[in-house]
Amino acid sequence: MDGLLGRYRNLSVLVIVIMAQLVLLAVQVKNNQDVRLIRVWAVTAITPLARVLEGIRANTFGLAGEYWDLLEVRSRNQSMKSDLDRLKLENQYLKAELATAKRIEAMAGFVQRSPNKTIGARIIGTGAGMNSKVVFIDRGSTAGVLKGMAVITPDGIVGKVTASYPTGSQVMLITDPTFACGVLSDKSRIHGTARGQGNNQILIDYIQNEQTVLVGEIFYTSGDDRIFPKGLPVGPVRVARQGKLFKEIYVSPAAFDRGLEEVLVVLEGVHLPIPDLASQSSSSAEAKLMPPPEADAAAAPVDASPRPASGQGFATDADRLLQRYRSLGEQQGVSYGNGGRLPNFNAPAVPRTSAPKASAVAPSPNITPPSTPRAPNP
Amino acid sequence: MPPPDFNEANFLEGRRRKSASSSFRPIVFFLVPLFSVLLDIFLPRFVEPTRTLEFPLLITIYFSLMKRQPLAGIIIGAVIGLMQDSLSQQPLGMFGIVKTLVGFFAASVSLRFDVNNPALRFMLCAFFFLFHQFLYWVMVRALLGQIINVNGFDELARALLNSALALPLFLLLDKMRDKEA
Repeated sequence: MDGLLGRYRNLSVLVIVIMAQLVLLAVQVKNNQDVRLIRVWAVTAITPLARVLEGIRANTFGLAGEYWDLLEVRSRNQSMKSDLDRLKLENQYLKAELATAKRIEAMAGFVQRSPNKTIGARIIGTGAGMNSKVVFIDRGSTAGVLKGMAVITPDGIVGKVTASYPTGSQVMLITDPTFACGVLSDKSRIHGTARGQGNNQILIDYIQNEQTVLVGEIFYTSGDDRIFPKGLPVGPVRVARQGKLFKEIYVSPAAFDRGLEEVLVVLEGVHLPIPDLASQSSSSAEAKLMPPPEADAAAAPVDASPRPASGQGFATDADRLLQRYRSLGEQQGVSYGNGGRLPNFNAPAVPRTSAPKASAVAPSPNITPPSTPRAPNP
Repeated sequence: MPPPDFNEANFLEGRRRKSASSSFRPIVFFLVPLFSVLLDIFLPRFVEPTRTLEFPLLITIYFSLMKRQPLAGIIIGAVIGLMQDSLSQQPLGMFGIVKTLVGFFAASVSLRFDVNNPALRFMLCAFFFLFHQFLYWVMVRALLGQIINVNGFDELARALLNSALALPLFLLLDKMRDKEA
């Protein structure tokens, strides 16, 4: 028997092992019971290794996963950065568009309210040179812009057209040292001359030291220069102090507060332009000077110069008195003003029935004499 | 291509390689089967297709082939099979019996072939995989009275896949051999 087992040892072990497992299987199936001991051994042997493997996996694959996530985050971050840059640009563009729309809306409202006939223009460039105080606008003579026209914004005056070309014009800003215009303060009604200083401030010159001008007071155009219509804001007073001969008053231009992009060129002011035959005959393309503005009741200078012959409007008491003496002389047969006999000034004046009576009434200075030819609209 | 040199030295070397038995360190004998069972239950958690792979069977075949001792094959197969049974929900002994038989036959076959040949390894792995699946199907049906749906083409594909995996795995395990007795 031993020899048989020894000769077929492998087969015998196989049969024994198989039979043992069959018995084990049969016991489990028959009793419906589990052999817990073998399972405990197996699980106990497997669990530490599984824990190590899980730890390795969690660290390596988890790290790899986090690395991939990081790569994704990086790419997403770059994408979001580019999106953010794009949105910033869009935002800036839309803000600029919105600001432009607001400016244009304000300008349109100003144009509707203003009696001036204006045309909108866009600033397309500045003059050459570091200290240049001229700009170029995209409206020229073909659009009716002529040399000498005023350039304004709803906030205030900007400058005047110094050269007009077919497709554009050159505008001298009010900050240019050679620029000057008449101004009038809103509170004390003091007249002065605004002069550019080459910087961001304007000097109001020729105001006596005795006159009172307060900081914050706003100066408006007086219209004395016959370029800017009266009543356009120039700017508030920033500095007002005593000077050697005149007060030193500095004004910051109101039109430059929000930057200059769109401007209005005054084609025709509220007053009709004074005909300038000489300039017309020379066929130079220049704007016609406006008539002098309405005299300010408080500070209007007395014009002592004799007015021309009858038929013209009278602006002063001296004119009216001269006319009265002439009419008295005519009634008494004396030629007044020629160095001869004087008329009786105490004699009652005989009222005239027609034209002379009408001429005795002082017309409003705003009314342009009928003989004045009307300037053609640009 | 020069003709093979059939001298006496080469012939003896071939016989020696055929009859040589590989030895492994005990730690390898302990950890590699354990690791194979662990991979069998661990990998499908994360990669579902790896459920097709039968690591414990491949390790059983490898050690049985390399030991060239049917007794060792029986023990290796029984231990790995029972360990696999222990981690399954079925009664102990199903995989144990099947792998015991696989281990025995693999060790018996290894006595007659050069088991270092990759092509032979591939064919033996495919054969023993199909044998394992068939025997398991028979036992489940006969002893437990359960019916497992088996698709022949799927099993063949799984056999080829496991055999393909066995080639690099066996090469890796070859590195762990101590010496040839």
